[in-house]
Amino acid sequence: MKAMGLVLVVILGGMLIFGSLDFPLWGDPHSPASSHVSPYYIEHTLADTSVPNIVTAVLADYRGYDTMFETIVIFTAGIACIFLLRTFTSVEPVSRLYRHIPTGITLRIKKGGKVPEDSSDFERLDAAWVPYDLIVKSTCRRIIPFIQIFALYVIAHGHHSPGGGFQGGVILGASLILFAIAFDLRSAIRRISERLTAFLCALGVLIYAGTGALSMLYKANYLDYGALAGLLGVDPVSARSHGILIVEIGVGIAVMAVMVILYYNLASAGRQDEGL
Amino acid sequence: MDEVMAIFVSRINWWVYILLMMIGLYGITIKQNFMKKVIGLSILQTSVILFFVSIGAKKNATIPIIEHAHDAGYSTAEAGHFINPLPHVLMLTAIVVAVATLGVALALVIKIYRQYNTLEEDEILQQLGEDK
Repeated sequence: MKAMGLVLVVILGGMLIFGSLDFPLWGDPHSPASSHVSPYYIEHTLADTSVPNIVTAVLADYRGYDTMFETIVIFTAGIACIFLLRTFTSVEPVSRLYRHIPTGITLRIKKGGKVPEDSSDFERLDAAWVPYDLIVKSTCRRIIPFIQIFALYVIAHGHHSPGGGFQGGVILGASLILFAIAFDLRSAIRRISERLTAFLCALGVLIYAGTGALSMLYKANYLDYGALAGLLGVDPVSARSHGILIVEIGVGIAVMAVMVILYYNLASAGRQDEGL
Repeated sequence: MDEVMAIFVSRINWWVYILLMMIGLYGITIKQNFMKKVIGLSILQTSVILFFVSIGAKKNATIPIIEHAHDAGYSTAEAGHFINPLPHVLMLTAIVVAVATLGVALALVIKIYRQYNTLEEDEILQQLGEDK
């Protein structure tokens, strides 16, 4: 079985390598991929949309439908992860760990024992005990705001520099995941609740689809942002640039929320009680 | 000899991606452990993404962001000066979708482990046979 699979893979690879001899040379400006629709994008983007970053313009304007459905795929993946994993039956663990913050002593409280109330003196720990890590926690506390500002910059400057909703959303999600790793899952959920992440991931898709529907109300095609010129108070070409920004913000929100949903559910196997 | 060398140099990047694809495909089809299958899937995705990005390259061209000044009017861009933006657009979304679908795959793996207490394909098939 193993040998047969290996032979099949090698045959397929050999055929592909044989086929690669007919490929255009690497970096050939006249290769088929670069000679049909791509010159149009490069030459007309600035005049059509006033967006200098061609990738963003193609992503959110020329191929707006594609990107909208990619966003819906991400949204669906987040929802599927919730449906697959989320369990609401809480299993009472054999013992719980609490740390008395002023002294740093860890308490193990068995099932049925008296659990400390929510006070500033006690904090609950995960069952897999880790020592209190001052360096990691304080470093993350100071770094995370800068990561998030960078993420917002990447989303907002997607037109003019490399970036956009997908990249910025992932960076924003990564900063929240970093917080959840450096502290614990419960303190992350206290700040950004599960309900909020689900709401945001739907909101992002709604912003995208709503912008498209709004341009239909102005008697234009779906996702034709030029029609929003009157609403935004700019000329139709700049309106495309602004429409792309609105759509990218929607994508960023959706991607950020889905990354956080995936982490919350995968790290705690759906219980959202104790995580990594 | 020089001809062989020229072919090798001009094709080496495609061959590396094909090799990566073979590794990924081998992982998906042959490995019995579901976690390893998921890793194989990721390697396969990576090879396809690298392949597409490589298609977009052009000699003597720069990144597809047109230099411009505020209120400078619209200058015309020449296609030869910028690399092909289309593969980048496609792969940009594909990378994020790959992460999201990887999350779903891991969720399924967790679910399978909860059900069968194992991730080995043959052991799960054995358990399924016993159920009948």
